[in-house]
Amino acid sequence: MWLRTGPFQTHLKSPINSLGQAIHLLYGDFVVEENPEFADFHIQLREPKNWRRFYRPQVYFYFDDQAPFKPMPRSHAFAMFEWCLNWCIESQANHYLMMHAAVIERGGLAAILAAPPGSGKSTLTAGLVNRGWRLLSDELALVDPGNGMAVPLARPVSLKNQSIEVIRKFVPNGVIGPIARDTIKGSVAHLKPPQDSVDRNREGALPRWVIFPRFEAGAQISFTPYPKSTALLRLADHAFNYSQYGVKGFEIMAKLIDRCDAYEFIYSRLDDAIQVFDSLLICDARTMVSS
Amino acid sequence: MTEKVDMVRLGMTNPHVVSSLTLRDWDVLIRQARSSAVLGRLHAVLEEAQIIDHVPMPPRNHLEAARVVAGSQERVIRWEVYCIRRALARVETEFVLLKGAAYVLSGLPFARGRIQSDVDILAAKSKLRTIEAALLEQGWIHMKLDKYDQRFYREWSHELPPLYHPHRGTVLDVHHNILPSTGRVHPDPQKLLRASEDIPGTPYKRLCPPDMVLHACAHMFQDGDFERGFRELTDIDGLLRALSGTAAFWDQLSQRAQEMQLYRPLFYGLRYAYEFLNTPIPQRIISASLEWAPSGPVLHAMDALVRQALVPRMAATLNTRYARWVLYMRSHWLRMPPLLLARHLLHQSLRRR
Repeated sequence: MWLRTGPFQTHLKSPINSLGQAIHLLYGDFVVEENPEFADFHIQLREPKNWRRFYRPQVYFYFDDQAPFKPMPRSHAFAMFEWCLNWCIESQANHYLMMHAAVIERGGLAAILAAPPGSGKSTLTAGLVNRGWRLLSDELALVDPGNGMAVPLARPVSLKNQSIEVIRKFVPNGVIGPIARDTIKGSVAHLKPPQDSVDRNREGALPRWVIFPRFEAGAQISFTPYPKSTALLRLADHAFNYSQYGVKGFEIMAKLIDRCDAYEFIYSRLDDAIQVFDSLLICDARTMVSS
Repeated sequence: MTEKVDMVRLGMTNPHVVSSLTLRDWDVLIRQARSSAVLGRLHAVLEEAQIIDHVPMPPRNHLEAARVVAGSQERVIRWEVYCIRRALARVETEFVLLKGAAYVLSGLPFARGRIQSDVDILAAKSKLRTIEAALLEQGWIHMKLDKYDQRFYREWSHELPPLYHPHRGTVLDVHHNILPSTGRVHPDPQKLLRASEDIPGTPYKRLCPPDMVLHACAHMFQDGDFERGFRELTDIDGLLRALSGTAAFWDQLSQRAQEMQLYRPLFYGLRYAYEFLNTPIPQRIISASLEWAPSGPVLHAMDALVRQALVPRMAATLNTRYARWVLYMRSHWLRMPPLLLARHLLHQSLRRR
């Protein structure tokens, strides 16, 4: 099957039924082009041709007919597909500056949420994109080095462990795919992206905020301006290919940070977090009026 | 059907052809170039021919991505070479840059876009302990190797066990020869070092031009496996194009090949570079090199194997894999005496389990 996600066309071949069902469930709103001429990634997920297709069945991932990773249990096929697609982008799409960060948009302006794994970044993103913000990506921020725009890559949002239940409650009519248990990251499931985000998957947004979020159980909410100089270095830490761009990487990053307000954000309740993010837009409107 | 055609050879040798490619052709070409490790080279070739702007956006993105990666690898190599020189300054030992590092520092045209990551240097065998100690003191570490591997490198190979710099993530191979000491052919490393020359405008040294070509040929036809065979052939092609400017070059190359006992690999290098990449080699040299050819049936077999093994992975068949396996075994056969080879293969196969 062919799957377009933002700028990338993926050609996936797989005989695994459960994978097809999960893709149908979570990528249901995506436009599927019939037999396009060019694919960015040709991938396969398939069982080995030996006894391991029957006993504790495994799945191998192939990129251009090479298997770069060890196999995973067949029950993790969808999570594996998501990780492998991330890997394809991270290892191949160096025509973008890439960061490990979520990107959301409202009013044409993008917020980049950069945080190490386990900081509640995906949970926050899942909450916000179901309360008026548009999803560009939940863990891979792509910046076009030519114009500095954040490039949309709306895909299912990956949720880990407790956040699966948190989001199930927070987005009662949200669609959550199969749970892969006992992965290296614990239990992992994916939330179907909002239809609007999928429909606007070719529409970039100019970064306006860089936010370093952190979930802390029971913590007072705090939203503190963060100095731009340190924000640049901290954001660069989250970039996969910052150093590959050399001086150009610094220039792209400096331009991006110049345009943005940076904040450090600590939260414990999603509802409070959403209020803070909504107030960003109001502040922004005010400064625009007053200047 | 394009999948079965060697698109990458077409694109590299005749860049103007690409302006007539369909997106479906590009889909194959990009994958073939990537699996042959020449995607960055392809970008450089198309840029020099001034047709990169006519490439449709989806494939051009991949070429652009490869350009970014190759550009960063070139910077990494320049910096790494500087760090090596600094680390070795105190022990006052000379070293010669080999392969990619020499191509980059010499500014050879085909180094642009060439995917490379490791740095290789050559030094006198008597200095190897001093060099290793100095590098270990300056932050390089041994890659995780078991006792057998350590012994394999130190006793039977032509280089130290690879050194890894954990901060910079780079790998350094320190050689004392360009072919294993256990092999059938022994180029004299003293001769290589004595003939080495300064790289103009830099404080570094490289092999003399004929030795650079001979090393590339030896690497491909004595020492290598053919997974990256096409890339290695583009190196030989690039070197011949870049270094054959002087009138005396071809005769020097022929003489040196005999002197260093590397005429057979040179014969193969010239033969297949000419056949696959239209390398401009004077006809008299090609005719003269036939003197170094193996016997008819062997040459016939070698032709069949190499032609099969150089097929890009996308177009590869079972025959390609078989040809690569045979060539791999052949290079092992050339590297070690039979008893040692048997022992090495036995050890490797037992370890895999």
